[in-house]
Amino acid sequence: MSDEYASGSSTTGAAADSEAEADADATAVDSEGDTPETDGGRQAYTVRLELIDEPGELLRALAPISENGGNLLSIHHERGNITPRGHIPVEVDLECVPARFDDVVDGLREAGINVIQAGPERYGEELTVVLVGHLVETDLSDSLSRIEGDAHAGVLDLSLNAPDGTDAVSSARLRLAVDTGRRETVLEGLRSLADEKGLGLIEPLSGGEI
Amino acid sequence: MRLAILGAGAVGGSVAELAGEYGHEVVALANSSRAAVADDEELDVESALERAASDEPLGSSDPDRVFETDYDVLVEATPTTLGEAEPGFSHVERALADDRHVVLANKGPVAERYEDVRALERESAGSVRFEAAVGGAIPVLSTIEDCTPQAVTAVRGVLNGTANFILTRMAAEGLEYEHVLAEAQDLGVAEADPTFDVDGTDAALKCVILANVLADGGFSLEDADVTGIQDVPPSALELAAEDGRTIRLVGEATREGVRVGPRLVPENGAMAVSGTRNIVQIQTRHAGDLYSSGRGAGGPETATAVLSDVGRL
Repeated sequence: MSDEYASGSSTTGAAADSEAEADADATAVDSEGDTPETDGGRQAYTVRLELIDEPGELLRALAPISENGGNLLSIHHERGNITPRGHIPVEVDLECVPARFDDVVDGLREAGINVIQAGPERYGEELTVVLVGHLVETDLSDSLSRIEGDAHAGVLDLSLNAPDGTDAVSSARLRLAVDTGRRETVLEGLRSLADEKGLGLIEPLSGGEI
Repeated sequence: MRLAILGAGAVGGSVAELAGEYGHEVVALANSSRAAVADDEELDVESALERAASDEPLGSSDPDRVFETDYDVLVEATPTTLGEAEPGFSHVERALADDRHVVLANKGPVAERYEDVRALERESAGSVRFEAAVGGAIPVLSTIEDCTPQAVTAVRGVLNGTANFILTRMAAEGLEYEHVLAEAQDLGVAEADPTFDVDGTDAALKCVILANVLADGGFSLEDADVTGIQDVPPSALELAAEDGRTIRLVGEATREGVRVGPRLVPENGAMAVSGTRNIVQIQTRHAGDLYSSGRGAGGPETATAVLSDVGRL
């Protein structure tokens, strides 16, 4: 946050005065109408961009986000940092319906903005759990794909410990990436999966400074 | 204060023994079959407890005589029972009806019939305290009282020494649950029937009491979501350790509900107490987290909580 753009852009009102955003909101509503969302629809994402150090460049980069249905949450304009190519890294937090996120990224690329990272960083939190029971007999790969199928979680890694063979009780430690603010939703999903398959779920302790 | 003590087990006996040191007098001591009651002469606590220990009648009076003595505080230290929480509840009812104070070590009445107890208390000149029912010697309820319950958002804790001892040993030695349980029974850490400790019921009762204090009633054991430690295999503890964590049986009480189950906690974090130690985390609205750790069970330990309550009356 070190220039006039950043200080003015760190709120949701970033491009509020541009016509583009007004249009974009209308687009987003249309889109939600096409594909009904049951949970409010929008998710938070982070994209990292690389900008040329020229006046107006930041505003130019934000336009494709609004135009494709994204709502700006915050902008971190790292003017003091220079990328190896001599450009300025910018981190943009935005929210949009999941179906529109690819459009946002495509829009940025079409506008000639260099997108360093998009997508994987939408996960704001990590969650580690241990599953216990007949993991293999209850189809571990099915369990994993169902967790992956949760719109708010991705499996980062898995460690399986089956000292007595795969047909005995074993344990698996799962490290999940979870959308910011969706931890409890993901845990609910894990609980019902564990219940259904007769597995034990050892959750991390939540809340407080632990 | 003049104490009438119901229950002459580890806790009731210790209260009787230590009462004098705290400046109180024991006027009656009873178990379920007999009572020793001070009438004109002083009650000899030591010899009454010796008689009880050698299976002789504790005293010559009927247990009911306790309520006819000139006592100020009824110390209810009979075993915890579920459901109607009898006979503990009736003891509370009778003392309050006579406008006497009640200090509970028995979890039953405040875990299972909190609203009933509070309703009786409102009608009485006496009041009810129950510090000893949660976390033995650890000052949990008085801390919540000092912070005011409204400013406490959640209470979490490792509240069962037996379950904690078993998980600690399993993690340290890579041993199976059954093996460590047998060892704990040999050492006297686990009872012959350890069901209440290892299936989470004991921790849940304490959390139900905490939730009742936070929400001013509304909870009993059947509202709690409880999982025990019997199915935690050594392989799960190994996986947790590889990631710098361990597993503890943690109870959580909020105004929304009670949950007890095995949880992953940081290996070097505050919640990873070892052996039979207990720990309680009190999450407050304005002052962050407060922690108290110590001995959550034991005769003299729990008796100190009872006597602290007597001192607060």
